[in-house]
Amino acid sequence: MLHRSKYKVLSEGIIECLIRVCGISAVVFVFAIFLFVFWEGKGLIFSGEFEFWKFLTTKEWYPASESNPRYGVSALIAGTVSVTVLAMVIAVPFGLGVALFISEFCSPKLKETLKIVIELLAAIPSVVWGFIGLTIMNQLIMKLFGAPIGLTVLNGAIILALMSVPIIVSIGEDALQAVPDSYREAGIGLGVTRWQMVYKVLLPAAKNGLLAAVLLGVGRAIGETMAVLMATGHAVHIPFNAEFPYLHGLDSVRTLTATIAAELGETARDSSHYQVLFIIGILLFTITFVVNLTADLIVKGVKGK
Amino acid sequence: MVNIAQAWAEAYGEANSTVDISVAGGGSGTGIAALINGTTDIANCSRAMKNIEKKKAKNTHGKDPQQYIMGLDALAVYVHKDNPLNEITIEQLGQIYGEDGSITKWSQLGIKPNDGHDEIIRISRQSNSGTYVYFKETVVPKGKEFKLGSRDLHGSKDVVEIIGNTPSAIGYSGMGYATDHVKMLKVSSKQGQVAYTPNIENVVNKTYPISRPLYMYTLGVPTSRVKTYIDWCLSDAGQKIIIDNGFIPAPKN
Amino acid sequence: MIEPKNNASRFTETAIGRKKQFTERIAKFVFLLMTLAMVVPLLLIVGFLLYKAWPALSIDFVFELPKNGMREGGIWPAFLGTLYLVLISLVIAAPIGVMAAIYLNEYAKENWFTRIINLAVINLAGVPSIVHALFGLGAFVLFAGLGRSVLAASLTLAVMTLPVIIASTKEALSAVPMSFRQASWNMGVSRWQTIRGIVMPNSVSGILTGIILQVSRAAGETAPIMFTGVVFYKAVDKGDLLAYGLLDQCMALAMHLYTISTQVPGVPDAVPFATAVILLGVVLLVNALSIVLRIYIRTHRKW
Repeated sequence: MLHRSKYKVLSEGIIECLIRVCGISAVVFVFAIFLFVFWEGKGLIFSGEFEFWKFLTTKEWYPASESNPRYGVSALIAGTVSVTVLAMVIAVPFGLGVALFISEFCSPKLKETLKIVIELLAAIPSVVWGFIGLTIMNQLIMKLFGAPIGLTVLNGAIILALMSVPIIVSIGEDALQAVPDSYREAGIGLGVTRWQMVYKVLLPAAKNGLLAAVLLGVGRAIGETMAVLMATGHAVHIPFNAEFPYLHGLDSVRTLTATIAAELGETARDSSHYQVLFIIGILLFTITFVVNLTADLIVKGVKGK
Repeated sequence: MVNIAQAWAEAYGEANSTVDISVAGGGSGTGIAALINGTTDIANCSRAMKNIEKKKAKNTHGKDPQQYIMGLDALAVYVHKDNPLNEITIEQLGQIYGEDGSITKWSQLGIKPNDGHDEIIRISRQSNSGTYVYFKETVVPKGKEFKLGSRDLHGSKDVVEIIGNTPSAIGYSGMGYATDHVKMLKVSSKQGQVAYTPNIENVVNKTYPISRPLYMYTLGVPTSRVKTYIDWCLSDAGQKIIIDNGFIPAPKN
Repeated sequence: MIEPKNNASRFTETAIGRKKQFTERIAKFVFLLMTLAMVVPLLLIVGFLLYKAWPALSIDFVFELPKNGMREGGIWPAFLGTLYLVLISLVIAAPIGVMAAIYLNEYAKENWFTRIINLAVINLAGVPSIVHALFGLGAFVLFAGLGRSVLAASLTLAVMTLPVIIASTKEALSAVPMSFRQASWNMGVSRWQTIRGIVMPNSVSGILTGIILQVSRAAGETAPIMFTGVVFYKAVDKGDLLAYGLLDQCMALAMHLYTISTQVPGVPDAVPFATAVILLGVVLLVNALSIVLRIYIRTHRKW
């Protein structure tokens, strides 16, 4: 029986207590974020001036108006949705394609190199992406599409796609690797080609993980701030209408995130404008929370508990 | 005004290394908000404080805001240098930019821009900008807001830069931000009246219709350090920086 | 990955067989193209940035003060500010993150509570950066009374980058074989002592990787620091390493890039491009370091 000094036992107890406290820190912070953001915005919600339905469905965004302040964010939501959707249309096929290539079709050496390149792509700061959108993409889009101005949905979408691809690739690749080799062996044993094995065996087996990868990519795109602030032209405008192609990628839009970033500085604390920006923050927090929760549930569904 | 403020801070810092000046950007609204929140000593504004803001400052701190005129600025209406248009009236601007305004295409003004796009691309500022507020008050009919769908940029410089690249765009920004790629329109107050170019002479003799003072606000009487700084900015050294940056010196009275 | 043993097994006699091989080649080609479509533009972009930045890039650029309304000169105050923010946020986030990972990997049981914690970590990582800014404003600037300051901005960055450290550390800890721990416990060593003496030394490189990743994220973020302590311009003395106090405001590289590309007129093109290149360079260098470290771990593992 080992004897341990009282000091050692006590100090170890303290350390273990500290460890447990830190363990729940993430939960504490998530709650805290919601709490503080809600706290700063609550004034407007409870003031009677604010109608939630009108907030979500009207597009007149004039929060700083003295005569007739209006808080409709439908155009801003349309901005976020349009850029995200277009970005995913680009990022999902490319991301899954790259994930498949890395996981199934390339040599181990190339795999290492590609994974490193993807990781470096993920490390690029969002303001640098925004700068690229503002300078390089702007000119490119104007030249290639003859658009009058290059700061558009398309610009933001391409940038967001390049930012989301690394997430889709790394989580997608994990999902593909998680499919047991026995599946692959069975396929080869039956004489199918690699592509057939991928298409008929792997993709269905990994679909939950791949779906989660896409969802996390969507979450990233919705939450992005600086890149879209600089690249989308910042116009309160709904780029959808009934004419083909329904989403006008060459229009300028403004996202929820960019609106907060652009307008927060001007507001005096506790003014309605200040509070409505925090309400948008709550909206964003809720959306990304739901997206992340869904992704987690999908993945856990596979592993089964 | 952030560029002037930074240029002043930079030059003052070289002359007086004991004073620490930090300059935050974000538009006149941001500065006034910071003044009301008590987080800044000076707010640089390209528009006057609204009564409601002055009241809020008084209520929060018990002091009236003190106003100093630091210089003058003309708000130029910019188009691409190859745009055939040369002059415009305030009323036309109101129809282009105002909430229920009827002008949306260049053909309505009798113009065909170089890139063939007929739709007028309106470049504007974000609502925290004093430039935004001042232009709106001058050009848009009272009680109305700007039309939605303009590209709302962050800074005075962005506006000019975008217009320099976009033949079918129109926008407004301080006279001091002009570049070789853009053209400033002559503006007349009404159809049929003389249209004036934005320059020093027309601003000083008040013939150019869209010009405004540049202000500094403090809460109540400023401390001696702050007052020394403001006086320096109004001195010849400070006013030279105003001229170098394309603005007009404060009237001497 | 399972490979067919040799090309003989790919020999096809039938038309169906040839068709299958054809589709396989197409598939491989398409995926290769997709990969190139991601990689090549990246290289072109970086190349273009370097090309436009070249006239302004030099060692002086980093250490000089901005001049002439920030159109000339260098970026020293911003560079210094980023160093401060990164270091302070690291000092705050690393202990909490490492201990949280230790809890999750070594102490937590497999129950719904642990699942909630893991969920919270993922969610914290997914919160939009502007919402972190709102949180920082409400919690640190206002509630804690720190005002807009280096400390408030660093705290905001710390909360934001916590998941990075937790995830990396957890991975490093879980890579240590259970047998190491069991051997130690069998000798009567307590759980914490085992962690401190055996598990952690074996996961140091992984923990370092996490720290390096945290640094790169903290250096690159703009939104969380825009309203919590970083400003357009702050005068510092050249070469003064102690220029910023904890409650002062500061400049930062990421914010500076945003500022000079959108708010300063008449800046020669090279200056914002050079700032972008320096920021990108710092971030990529730091990430490259973590990759090198990871490869080092793999080749020097003791198990």
